[in-house]
Amino acid sequence: MSAAEQALASGDAVPLSLRGPAPTRVVAGYGFWLFLLSDIVIFAALFAAYAVLSGESAGGPTAADLFDKRHVLIETACLLASSVTCGFGSLAVQSGDRNSTYFWMAITFILGVTFLSLEVSEFSHMLSIGAGPSRSAFLSAFFTLVGTHGLHVTIGLCWLIVMLLQVATLGFQPMVSRRFFCFGLFWHALDIVWIGVFTIVYLGAHL
Amino acid sequence: MQASPDRMSPQVIRTPSASAMWLRAISMTSAAMLLASCNEGVLDPHGPVGKAERVILYDSTAIMLAVVIPVIVLTLVFAWWFRARNSQARYRPDWEYSGRIEMIIWSIPALVILFLGGIAWTGSHDLDPPAPLAGSTAPLDIEVISLDWRWLFIYPHEGIASLNRLVVPAGVPLRFRLTSTTVMNSFFVPQLGSQIYTMPNMVTRLNLQADQPGTFEGLSAMFSGDGFSDMRFDLVSMGSEAFKDWVSTTKAHGGVLDTSTVAELIKPAKADGVQTYAQVSEGLFDRISLGSMATVSPQRGQ
Amino acid sequence: MFGRLNWAAIPFDQPVVMIASGTVGFVIFCVLALVTIKGWWPYLWREWITSVDHKRIGVMYLLLALLMLVRGFSDAMLMRSQLALAAGHAQGYLPPEHYDQIFSAHGTIMIFFVAMPFVVGLMNFVLPLQLGVRDVAFPVLNSVSFWLTAAGVLLVNASLVVGEFARTGWLAYPPLSEVAYSPGVGVDYYLWSLQISGLGTLLSGINLLTTILKLRAPGMGYRQMPIFCWTALASNLLIVASFPILTATFAMLLLDRYCDFHFFTNDLGGNPMMYINLIWSWGHPEVYILILPAFGVFSEVVATFSGKPLFGRRSMVMATMAICVLSFLVWLHHFFTMGAGADVNGFFGIMTMIIAVPTGVKIFNWLFTLYGGRIRFTVPVYWAIGFMVTFVIGGMTGVLMAIPPADFVLHNSLFLIAHFHNVAIGGVVFGVMAGISYWFPKAFGFTLHERLGKAVFWCWFIGFYLAFMPLYVLGLMGATRRMQHYSNLHWQPLMLVALAGALLILLGIALTGVQLAVSIRQRERNRDVTGDPWNGRTLEWSTPSPPPAWNFSHLPQVDRPDAFWAMKQQRGGAQNRNVKRTYETIHVPRNNPTGFYLAFFAVLLGFSLIWRIWWGTGLGLLGAIVVCLMQAWRTDTEVEVPAEKVAAFERLHGPKESTV
Repeated sequence: MSAAEQALASGDAVPLSLRGPAPTRVVAGYGFWLFLLSDIVIFAALFAAYAVLSGESAGGPTAADLFDKRHVLIETACLLASSVTCGFGSLAVQSGDRNSTYFWMAITFILGVTFLSLEVSEFSHMLSIGAGPSRSAFLSAFFTLVGTHGLHVTIGLCWLIVMLLQVATLGFQPMVSRRFFCFGLFWHALDIVWIGVFTIVYLGAHL
Repeated sequence: MQASPDRMSPQVIRTPSASAMWLRAISMTSAAMLLASCNEGVLDPHGPVGKAERVILYDSTAIMLAVVIPVIVLTLVFAWWFRARNSQARYRPDWEYSGRIEMIIWSIPALVILFLGGIAWTGSHDLDPPAPLAGSTAPLDIEVISLDWRWLFIYPHEGIASLNRLVVPAGVPLRFRLTSTTVMNSFFVPQLGSQIYTMPNMVTRLNLQADQPGTFEGLSAMFSGDGFSDMRFDLVSMGSEAFKDWVSTTKAHGGVLDTSTVAELIKPAKADGVQTYAQVSEGLFDRISLGSMATVSPQRGQ
Repeated sequence: MFGRLNWAAIPFDQPVVMIASGTVGFVIFCVLALVTIKGWWPYLWREWITSVDHKRIGVMYLLLALLMLVRGFSDAMLMRSQLALAAGHAQGYLPPEHYDQIFSAHGTIMIFFVAMPFVVGLMNFVLPLQLGVRDVAFPVLNSVSFWLTAAGVLLVNASLVVGEFARTGWLAYPPLSEVAYSPGVGVDYYLWSLQISGLGTLLSGINLLTTILKLRAPGMGYRQMPIFCWTALASNLLIVASFPILTATFAMLLLDRYCDFHFFTNDLGGNPMMYINLIWSWGHPEVYILILPAFGVFSEVVATFSGKPLFGRRSMVMATMAICVLSFLVWLHHFFTMGAGADVNGFFGIMTMIIAVPTGVKIFNWLFTLYGGRIRFTVPVYWAIGFMVTFVIGGMTGVLMAIPPADFVLHNSLFLIAHFHNVAIGGVVFGVMAGISYWFPKAFGFTLHERLGKAVFWCWFIGFYLAFMPLYVLGLMGATRRMQHYSNLHWQPLMLVALAGALLILLGIALTGVQLAVSIRQRERNRDVTGDPWNGRTLEWSTPSPPPAWNFSHLPQVDRPDAFWAMKQQRGGAQNRNVKRTYETIHVPRNNPTGFYLAFFAVLLGFSLIWRIWWGTGLGLLGAIVVCLMQAWRTDTEVEVPAEKVAAFERLHGPKESTV
């Protein structure tokens, strides 16, 4: 008799790995988690490129010349706060509470938009003083790294709208709550990446 | 019963003779191929670097063959002996583990790699391209610039330059600094040994030496565009007196290599024809390697 | 209106291209006409194009790979014949600007569109069956992955007729691949087709990884998992960890080319060496993504046909995972000659050699699996033994080049070309061929023609030695890769031998077609009615051939790696034979056209980006988004298979009552 059968026979808990196919909820979350890991690898490559090129300002403005710490601090605060409200929103989804889902997710959305508009204003200011991505390798790497994060936030916001429409039209079906769960993972992962950006790009500039 | 050995025997005789014929054919072909390769290229080195590298090639191949050949033989022998129709072979349907064999099969490759790892570590230090060569004579400095798709050699101390032909004194260590105007190339003279990349905005270093006078083919070993296949040059090694003569002749004749000549040279062109320059403007190599020329280099049309 | 696209993009002046593409176009037209006349479209649409069944998708991957093998191999024939001619003052028949596209396309196609779909296709087909489950984790995503790969294939082949392909080599090193030195659309074709198919590969990796880690039959822990699943696990881990690096690297190069960024340019601080580091930190794991599943195939084949369990299974798993980790620590050996310094070169040289230890262990384990076996010399076994003999030679030359000073004289030479073809053909191709002939009866219900299969093997085997042993020698003689002609007449005889080898391989490929045709015609004679034609050991052989859409009517209960073997041993006692089994309703995923539609818009998007047709870009993007939204609101995703239908199927195809 194998270990698994013995465990079954004696009524002991069967080890997770021997219990057969996992339920859909777990599988979906796990798969999305793997996707996020691969996304983080993309960011890792962009971070590496930034680390290599951050000194290559080619006679143009350097990191210390460009970055406004206060501006970035507000951005960071928005994004971190949106993670908290997203967490409350996820709890609301779990309890199937439609109104508080709308409430918390709307706040998350507003915070996300605020973050994005701050970022856009930073970018447009840099472009206006001639510090665009074509100016130097350093700026290419900066715009790509921070811009990719911004692109993820944009996609996240679009996704959030879609999810709210899904709740409105389909209700809290298992499929919809699964996707909301994945959205939460995505949103928190963006926070983690941003903490990396904040530390390495913005704080690193003044070292 | 009695007839069977007789019936078998012609086959037994024919099989080895046929396979012997095959064996002979294969071994003759491979011997011919090996012989061909020994007369040129990296197995026929004419300098200390190439010779040391050939020793490494031979030694490590021999070490590995000591494992690889038995493995190949055992594969064929095991497969043949344990064929389903061989009633003499013992079938062990449940045999799947033996701690002793496991230990041996982990340790054999590990030991080989331990040995070869030592060769790799010491080899990469002894034969590091920027490491100066041991020798009594002072090294000759040469600056190499890969163009699209030609080679420019500058002799900074002599103040001369040569296009598509590298003339060096035999028995004298050669100290190269290398760069490129546009894309990457690799500077390689197989019979002298190590190659190294030439890269825009960067300087790589390499030390080689030709032991005897002779002409050795050099090439680019890194694809660089349409004219790549013709990016070959002759490395001419000559006695030191002859080299001195060559330097003074070059100084006496030929044009000037300055910014305007270089601007002409960096336009894409096939490597044909050899040219020398009697005069080279000061610091040309450094200006090119710092990228001040790369930005003015013309773009390639379609 | 059409960006850069105009009539000049079609090479009317190049007869070779026009005749080749005309022929291909004609063949495609004939196939489409045949399908239309015979009225096969509904069948194709229902059973294949919109199918989300992992077995169907696996088969489509393999068909795609076979097709692209023909394309990639015709490039190889062009190169071999060019080099057989272009000696001395001769220039051959292919001018450099054409030849450069051919070797770039050959490498790109063989790695991304032959080897990858071969391996992914095998994993797709086999994994759920070996794991004892009904499908992969995300069936619709699986179809999306396949169709994105197909979209990449379409774009690469479009470059043959419309415009040009990259003239940079298969990894498109900058600065050569930057706009300054490659202003045409060739590099854009390269980048966009690989971005699109790379996304497909990444999604497929995530999908299969989730499948292995989360969906296994009850009782199948990691200790009970078949060895092919272990190698697939390692391979997919590598896909998930390394393909994003490729995506990011290509994205940077695209930004350089399209938006005047300066990641890898010569001016304004760009760093081409960074590209080379990044691309190889994807590129070396990629090698193991391809070879590890091939190792898995050989492990299954050797064990099955020796009638023995795999020797040293634990060693094998450890070796697989060791290779998986180590493959990320060796990338620098691809550019020892870039001047990194003795310590760095020495370190990476030694790390590279260390990979040879687990690989060597694997070879020995197969050797001792043969030992004490009762070996049936079927076609898969031919491939396996051919592999063991050939691969050790490739491994040896690989370790040789891992020694930095040896690499200083062998780097970029034809010796290197011979080495990686030695491991790619001797390892991956042999593995895939073994896998195809091994699992073919499972997929289609009849075995492949045995003698023709052996003929194919001998063509490849001898052809490989003829084609690549001369290249080893030529490399030692100083012949470098990617040369379009050479002056040294001594090289020509060896080039001719290599051409003969390539012709023999060509015969092998042609014979594969013959083998398929003959096998299909004789399918009644070679029908596999038991579902277990080879006396197999793992769960895929416990299902009928071909398996039903739901794979297993009951999920098997597993307690050891060779689960089916154990079941057969127990069943030998015939106690379970007449147990009346009850069946339950099974849910299988419904057909879904999302993947096909997405690929359609991906092709539009890619093509428009390549030619700078901005309205097409917008349309492609919009279309893709709409397709995704439609998928998001699709709620009716499953089909019910009623219990009676399952029971009826089992009565017809299930294990027959023994005639005791």
